[in-house]
Amino acid sequence: MTDRDRIVITGIGLASPNGNNLAEFRNNLINGKSGIRKFNVRYMGDIIAGVCDFDPQKYQKKKDIRRGTRAGSTSIYCCQEAVADAKLDLNSVDKSRIGIFIGITEHGNVDTEKQIYEISQFNYDTKFVSHHYNPRIVANNPAGEVTLNMGITGPHYTLGAACAGGNLGLIQGYQMLLLDQVDVALGGGVSETIHAFGAFASFRSEGALASHEDPEKACRPFDKDRNGVVVSEGGCIFVLERLEAALARSAKIYGEVVGYAINSDALDFILPNSEGQARCMSLALKKAGLSPENISLISTHATGTPQGDPQECKAIRQVFGDCRHTYINNTKCMIGHAMGAAAALELAGNLPSFEDHVVHPTINVDNLDPDCAFENLVINRSKRVDKIDYILKNAFGMLGINSTVIIKRFDG
Amino acid sequence: MFERGIAHMTASQIRAIILEVIGQILPDEDLSKLKGDVRIRDQVEMDSMDFLDIIMELRKRYGIEVPEEDYMKLATLDSCVAYLEPRMAHL
Repeated sequence: MTDRDRIVITGIGLASPNGNNLAEFRNNLINGKSGIRKFNVRYMGDIIAGVCDFDPQKYQKKKDIRRGTRAGSTSIYCCQEAVADAKLDLNSVDKSRIGIFIGITEHGNVDTEKQIYEISQFNYDTKFVSHHYNPRIVANNPAGEVTLNMGITGPHYTLGAACAGGNLGLIQGYQMLLLDQVDVALGGGVSETIHAFGAFASFRSEGALASHEDPEKACRPFDKDRNGVVVSEGGCIFVLERLEAALARSAKIYGEVVGYAINSDALDFILPNSEGQARCMSLALKKAGLSPENISLISTHATGTPQGDPQECKAIRQVFGDCRHTYINNTKCMIGHAMGAAAALELAGNLPSFEDHVVHPTINVDNLDPDCAFENLVINRSKRVDKIDYILKNAFGMLGINSTVIIKRFDG
Repeated sequence: MFERGIAHMTASQIRAIILEVIGQILPDEDLSKLKGDVRIRDQVEMDSMDFLDIIMELRKRYGIEVPEEDYMKLATLDSCVAYLEPRMAHL
């Protein structure tokens, strides 16, 4: 494999409920600081959620914020931050060779709900539907707004993949670089889902919406008392380049993408399945040419639902046995489930462990569920480790979509 | 800005309303020096989607329907006032 066929991460831009850049995000994860709070949702009142406070005006005019979507603003913020972090001078690159690939769980529900609410104030007369509605709700909107903002003329689209979206954006970027369709890929995921009531209401109807008197303790993967999902907004975009190009411009390299897999359970609309998840992890390991014991850290998908967490743990046991060589953690306990952004955010939050040799904790584990117990599960306090060589990121979603990404430490 | 009970809106009240609507649509623009007799689009960054926002706001706030063939009559601040004055007289 030549340096042209090796793809590396050279920039990270993110917006999380507990951080607006990687340094702040990482620091809060290591210190177990949650970003979960109460959030007022139309028709429902105060709901526990993850809310971001990044400043969209850093990169957008007020008019463009008003015209576009929350997902568009989040994507723009993350892409601009990622490019700045990569120290990539956009004036020195061919902008027709930059691609934008953004994973989403859904898009358009926020503005659809807004429009229906709006026309409800006018006796449902459809002449009050905004002329801005269509460009806001097309599925490519979050990526398309980035092209307008940054003058990028290469391919742009979103990848609808339920809660695996963040992994798929990165994988698509990797593939487009290997296919020589782009020279720089901005890949990751975003979510604006908290600004619509639908996801909260539907999770509640499924009996899968987290509740707790203390919002910061509501999301509790692997704990016996977990009772559902905390929905969050957010975004995370990676700058992906060929190693050859990254080395030529002496870029900082966060890690190398060495393996990935996407598969389907083909079993159920909602329920996850350990068999499909195990197959997905095994496929990713095979593609990377690795054995399970090579993986230093598994960043789990676990969302804090009673049914979901043990399925992933069972899958991990099936592939990794007792995981004596592999640490396990979870990020959602501090940021909630950022839906399409989740996988990318959770991977980004763990990448610094290649350098700082710290595994951030899984907080809120007061009573570890025996079905989720691993000797190397890092709970409640950060763990200093000798070294991290490979990080495996899981992300699963409704309709039985599974995804795994493996990142290798880059040693030069 | 406008109190109900007044016989009808004055030209200056209508002008203030239009400026307030444009200010909401173009929040980055300084409208203090907007000339009344020059095309609005020649003075501030306003495209056709922004213009449709003005039409929508008039519809939502005052129930005023501006047919497409009259859009040109809303080109300047002065022509807006002239066009809207009779249509807002009942308010």
